[in-house]
Amino acid sequence: MIEVKNIEKSFGESKVLKGISTVFETGKTNLIIGQSGSGKTVLLKSLLGIFSPDAGTIEFDGRIYDSLSADEKRELRTEIGMVFQGSALFDSMTVAENVGFPLKMFTHNNNSETKDRVDFVLKRVNLIDAHHKLPSEISGGMQKRVAIARAIVNNPQYLFCDEPNSGLDPNTSILIDNLIKEITEEYNITTVINTHDMNSVMEIGENIIFLKNGLKAWQGTKEEIFKTDNEAVVDFVYSSNLFKKVREAYLKG
Amino acid sequence: MLIRYLSQIGRYFMMWKEIFRKPTKFSVMRGLIFKEIDDLIIGSLGIVAFISFFVGGVVAIQTALNLTNPLIPKNLIGFATRQSIILEFAPTFISIIMAGKMGSFITSSIGTMRVTEQIDALEVMGVNAVNYLVFPKLIALLLYPFLIGIGMFLGIFGGFIASVYGGFGTSADFIDGLQAEFIPFHIAYAFIKTFIFALLLATIPSFHGFYMKGGALEVGKASTVAFVWTSVTIILMNYILTQLLLTA
Repeated sequence: MIEVKNIEKSFGESKVLKGISTVFETGKTNLIIGQSGSGKTVLLKSLLGIFSPDAGTIEFDGRIYDSLSADEKRELRTEIGMVFQGSALFDSMTVAENVGFPLKMFTHNNNSETKDRVDFVLKRVNLIDAHHKLPSEISGGMQKRVAIARAIVNNPQYLFCDEPNSGLDPNTSILIDNLIKEITEEYNITTVINTHDMNSVMEIGENIIFLKNGLKAWQGTKEEIFKTDNEAVVDFVYSSNLFKKVREAYLKG
Repeated sequence: MLIRYLSQIGRYFMMWKEIFRKPTKFSVMRGLIFKEIDDLIIGSLGIVAFISFFVGGVVAIQTALNLTNPLIPKNLIGFATRQSIILEFAPTFISIIMAGKMGSFITSSIGTMRVTEQIDALEVMGVNAVNYLVFPKLIALLLYPFLIGIGMFLGIFGGFIASVYGGFGTSADFIDGLQAEFIPFHIAYAFIKTFIFALLLATIPSFHGFYMKGGALEVGKASTVAFVWTSVTIILMNYILTQLLLTA
């Protein structure tokens, strides 16, 4: 579980996060949604330790990030898996080398143990055939799956995904969403997904946090998002006619 | 403006500290160092050999063409070629050429990693990205004096070929000139300069790549800025080191 208490972050004069408090639950897919500029990415990067909040605390299962020593912070980082928006695969390495990278860096596994673990996670994301390919030789959807495999290879406690569906076709998006949800449940990890994709919200939104102007404007489940009368959420989520109709149909039962 | 430059210089020295903090596992680092040796040193052998050979030849020809006074001995061609190549051409001018070749390679490869979030990925994993990316380059460039040594040899050899086969003097004259008034400290001076330039070549382009912001266009701009600053710093250090080492 990750607990965020009153975090604030400014860049110069611009206050991006204005005191956000929320809980990201373990074993659930926690989604951060909101318009561009609402503070989603800053919140995610603050959780990751890339940005240091100006005020407030972030607790990882009771461990307050700012009160940890440098070694403890590094240790915590090895418990984190991250899927970047652009996959961020190392382009000079093959798929297998990318996936095995955290193992090479942080474990004392021998080559055979590393290979077994890499094969296992590549099978888990259905990419065992792409073992020897370079990232440039595989599709965007496959790159996302490699990024997921790399993020989970070290058995993380926390999985962060920044727009995992961006640039993917609807079928691949659903595949990626389901994969993240399955992994979250299978390994009982705390997953935080930053997304714009309303399909993802409807498919896998177990705990949805809606941000507006640097504040948490709403929090609930995908079922609750259909019923909410929060104007900001309705304006954002049901901006397309398709979702308006889906909502109307849901409310009519 | 001044504050910005001072802040950048401060950040550059902070990066030096980061290079040695929390080192990457040796088993991983070893592979990275060999890769950098291949990319930076072995990959530059051809261009260094080519440039050195022909510039050495040009230095010899120009010296010979300026020897119009019959009282000046022909061995001056070998002497001037040796002095020019060892003192300035090989250590300084090859380094400026390398600031373009190696420097733009280093800045663009690290800058592309920044743009495509690969550096963020390393940091999120808990890897010291500065150590992982810059330290192998720094170690690889400790072999840079070897490259400059080859440049010196081929420069003088180019001068010899141009002088003898161009009909400007005999091989005995040239070799006599090479040996005349030889000061062994000049070799030490050249390699001290080369070592300092190697450190600059590894770190200034890395700094510009690592801390760049923006997209593909900015990667190109960062490469150009890195080349300019590496060249300027090499020329300034060349002056300072010459003052310190040769004027005592």
